[in-house]
Amino acid sequence: MRKLMMAAAMLATTALTAHADDVKEVEMLHWWTSGGEAAALNVLKQDLAQQGYAWKDVPVAGGGGDAAMTALKAMVAAGNPPTASQMLGYTVLDYAEAGKMGDLTETAVAEGWDKAVPAALQKFAVYDGKWVAAPVNVHSVNWLWINKAVMDKIGGTEPKNFDEFVALLDKAKAAGVTPLALGGQNWQEATMFDSIVLSTGGPEFYKKAMNDLDEDALKSDTMKKSFDNLAKLKDYVDPNFSGRDWNLATAMVINGDALVQVMGDWAKGEFVAAKKVPGTDFLCYRFPGTDGSVIYNSDMFGMFDVPDDRKAAQVALAKATLSKSFQSAFNVVKGSVPARTDVPDTDFDACGKKGIADLKAANDGGTLFGSLAQGYGAPPAVANAYKDVVSKFVHGQITSSDQAVEELVKAIDDAK
Amino acid sequence: MTSIATSNGGAAARTAHRPSMRARMQEALPKLVLAPSFAITLVFVYGFILWTIYLSFTNSKAFPKYVLTDARAYQRLWRWTFESDPPSSWYTSITNMAIFGVLYVVFALAIGLLLAILLDQKIRGEGILRPIYLYPMALSFIVTGVAWKWFLDPGLGLEQTMHQWGWTSFHFDWIKNKDYVIYTVVIAGVWQASGFVMAMFLAGLRGIDGEIIKASQIDGASPFQLYRRIIIPLLRPVFLSALIVLAHMAIKSYDLVVALTSGGPGGSAWLPSNFMYEYTFKRNEMAVGSASAVIMLATISAIIVPYLYSELREKAR
Amino acid sequence: MSTAATTVAPRAPGSPIISRIVIYGLLGLFALVYLIPFFVMLLTSLKPMPEIQHGNILALPKEPTLDPWIRAWGEACVGLTCEGIHGYFWNSIKMVVPAVAISTLLGALNGYVLTKWRFPGHRLVFGLMLFACFIPFQAVLLPMATVLGTFGQFGKTLINLTGMNFGFGNPTVNLVFVHVVYGLGFTTLFFRNYYEAFPTELIKAAMVDGAGFFQIFRRILLPNSLPIIVVTVIYQFTNIWNDFLFASAYAGSGDVMPMTVALNNVVNTSTGVVEYNVNMAAAMIAALPTLLVYILAGRYFVRGLMAGAVKG
Repeated sequence: MRKLMMAAAMLATTALTAHADDVKEVEMLHWWTSGGEAAALNVLKQDLAQQGYAWKDVPVAGGGGDAAMTALKAMVAAGNPPTASQMLGYTVLDYAEAGKMGDLTETAVAEGWDKAVPAALQKFAVYDGKWVAAPVNVHSVNWLWINKAVMDKIGGTEPKNFDEFVALLDKAKAAGVTPLALGGQNWQEATMFDSIVLSTGGPEFYKKAMNDLDEDALKSDTMKKSFDNLAKLKDYVDPNFSGRDWNLATAMVINGDALVQVMGDWAKGEFVAAKKVPGTDFLCYRFPGTDGSVIYNSDMFGMFDVPDDRKAAQVALAKATLSKSFQSAFNVVKGSVPARTDVPDTDFDACGKKGIADLKAANDGGTLFGSLAQGYGAPPAVANAYKDVVSKFVHGQITSSDQAVEELVKAIDDAK
Repeated sequence: MTSIATSNGGAAARTAHRPSMRARMQEALPKLVLAPSFAITLVFVYGFILWTIYLSFTNSKAFPKYVLTDARAYQRLWRWTFESDPPSSWYTSITNMAIFGVLYVVFALAIGLLLAILLDQKIRGEGILRPIYLYPMALSFIVTGVAWKWFLDPGLGLEQTMHQWGWTSFHFDWIKNKDYVIYTVVIAGVWQASGFVMAMFLAGLRGIDGEIIKASQIDGASPFQLYRRIIIPLLRPVFLSALIVLAHMAIKSYDLVVALTSGGPGGSAWLPSNFMYEYTFKRNEMAVGSASAVIMLATISAIIVPYLYSELREKAR
Repeated sequence: MSTAATTVAPRAPGSPIISRIVIYGLLGLFALVYLIPFFVMLLTSLKPMPEIQHGNILALPKEPTLDPWIRAWGEACVGLTCEGIHGYFWNSIKMVVPAVAISTLLGALNGYVLTKWRFPGHRLVFGLMLFACFIPFQAVLLPMATVLGTFGQFGKTLINLTGMNFGFGNPTVNLVFVHVVYGLGFTTLFFRNYYEAFPTELIKAAMVDGAGFFQIFRRILLPNSLPIIVVTVIYQFTNIWNDFLFASAYAGSGDVMPMTVALNNVVNTSTGVVEYNVNMAAAMIAALPTLLVYILAGRYFVRGLMAGAVKG
């Protein structure tokens, strides 16, 4: 035992003396640990290595970033923030408000980010006139992902509105295929509901209800109808959907066990990883009745207020993140589209090209909206209250659309 | 281990030639030994509890704010306590805690004691059986949760297997049912903890004075009577340890719920620890999270403190 | 304590053969049920992916393969490093061993004081330490982080002064500290309740013979404590080895990351085809040290008795 303790003590000291002031290093917290994502992030790591910066990896997977955000909070509380961290929407603003973020405005001006990055993203990347985060990508959630073989078998065509969508699902049901692949976890249900609201009420209504949290819109008949539409879709889900992970639902579509999944474009990453080709193996359509609008969320690298001797590394990381080459390389793999609108779409597949074009059009036309389910419509307290209500409606704790609307207004009001 | 003991012992020995000093030293020594542990507990447990209580009366959101505001967090929790239709997340959490807490503790204690008594019957193969009952504690629930999730999933596990074996009317979909999902959490929880409870009881059984047992055997007590009247009462301190361990695991059963059910259909599997984590870290409502922690601790103390009080008093006799 | 060794398990009622059958039957049945998840994991870890996606989870593998084990050991990606999980054993061991040793020793000493060297208020002290077991770790995460941050600052000052930081600010040392702090309640509880039943006469006799505080502890109590040491070590080892919350919050980076965090990063990826076979293999590899402790330590339940018998 004495030996062991001595060994432990020696280890502790050696580990520490090696930890001198090494500024040629970026410390990066993220939850991108799956093979594809890690490979994409490795591009960044190598990019920085060429400039002489080492990469200190702090990966914490789990809960779609929940575990990583908890770790981040602890690191910041201890006064040791990482150089940068993967972050989502309102979290960036929370840390900025608490005075924990750095300032990259100088770099941003020099690199012309103001012009290249859509204004909707700048709302989260810029706080109080200062650039505090580097957006990595733009995801869009109002997509349908369809197995083409099943689609051909049942003789379906692209649904243009909600009723056509229901008719298409009926066809699949008649053919004995699970029509709709859904994972019964609250964020998946709410992500689908984002699209339903946009489809049912149109862009104006979506913005009013889901971004401005306008009470009249939230308790309107249109919102009730949205819940009724959600109830309709629930009839096309297999009985075991509850608790299923989203990628298992995607696998159902990939394998032809189900016709369609309503999911963000990260689902395309799954199809690509399974060596499926858009147009021949699978189809990507906008959620019926939402063409022309984009509900987005975005991964960002929040840049923390680090000591001066680590700032050069941070600037290098931010520059590399928003470089056109990384934006293209990363997003081809991830299924998302670049966070700057001036990246050529040559390397992207058909769905990616459509995504880039749609983003540009929505950005120009003012129909680019934050996803409430993904934390880009309102702060986390509200977004999660919303997910609660949608999920309780899907699983039967809330029994009617009247009650759902009532609960939604109450929950959001409570969380504000 | 010995290094520390000898060095301190040496200090005691050095004072040996002055008897009065030595006597005083001997008197103070036990308290000196206990003092660091107690001080650490005061600071890092009770200090932090005070900190949590303080935060629950502030307007802390994503980060702690140290300006006292009001008791809004408690008012909200109080209101949620009575919202049963549809159930608020807090209502679900506390009702689940009651169901889970009672079933988990009772079943784990009963099964643990049963296995310990059976294993203590001088059986062959104890060396093989004991690790089988114990191993669930060894594995992280990050993964055994997945195995259980599959086994309980009607499309993958038990139900499907039964159907394949020809029993097509077999039906078991608790894990997908908002009213029953909490019982699957009990099953997995008891599976994980009962082996360790068994180990505690086994250690206790083997510490019992054999003379007592011999004496009562001579008196002609039946084995059942022997266990009920003599042995189980002797295991009382073990019950206390087991109860504390189980109660604390029940209260901290956060990963269990997440790994097994991802919160359950519509959040129907939540326990207070999930509530607390969600509100503190995910929803940025730190005041509400802190208030829920305070209520948890207050409830625990309301249950545990009287028990501890009577337990510790009786032993003092 | 000598008598403990001669524990005579009471005989079951009725015909000895029937009661034996009942005993073995029950034990066997429980063992079977307990093993189900293990079988699910083991079978899954030996199957290629297509078989998992389309087969029954309880079916034997048609084409058994060790590939998932090899991948989990040496190729699985933990963040951007794809060298498997074998490299994280050492990070966990150098945290777990000191934490278990220190908390067990302190628990034994505390239990000894609280039963054999009682002072006014000893019950209050014990009650307070016991109740400490119930503090939710999520509630201490942030204040503890702040404290550890202060330690780190102190460590930097020490480096400037002496060229060494004596462990202040080292993530592994931090984790040891945290686990000792929050393990003390349990270890004290275990030993206190065990020593409670220990005959005080023996101690009094030793005191009459002139034995001091530590001598009595070392010569009389410790040699008779094996069963409870086993229980405590099992408990502490498992809890600390499997802790994810503190480990991910205080030691997340690759070079100090404990095994649980690495395992979590392999298993809990949110995208990509989930390789269940690799995950299950990784989980079993990660659990090897705890399993080993259980099997080895379990034997000492019996050894403990024999030690007592020899001592007389």
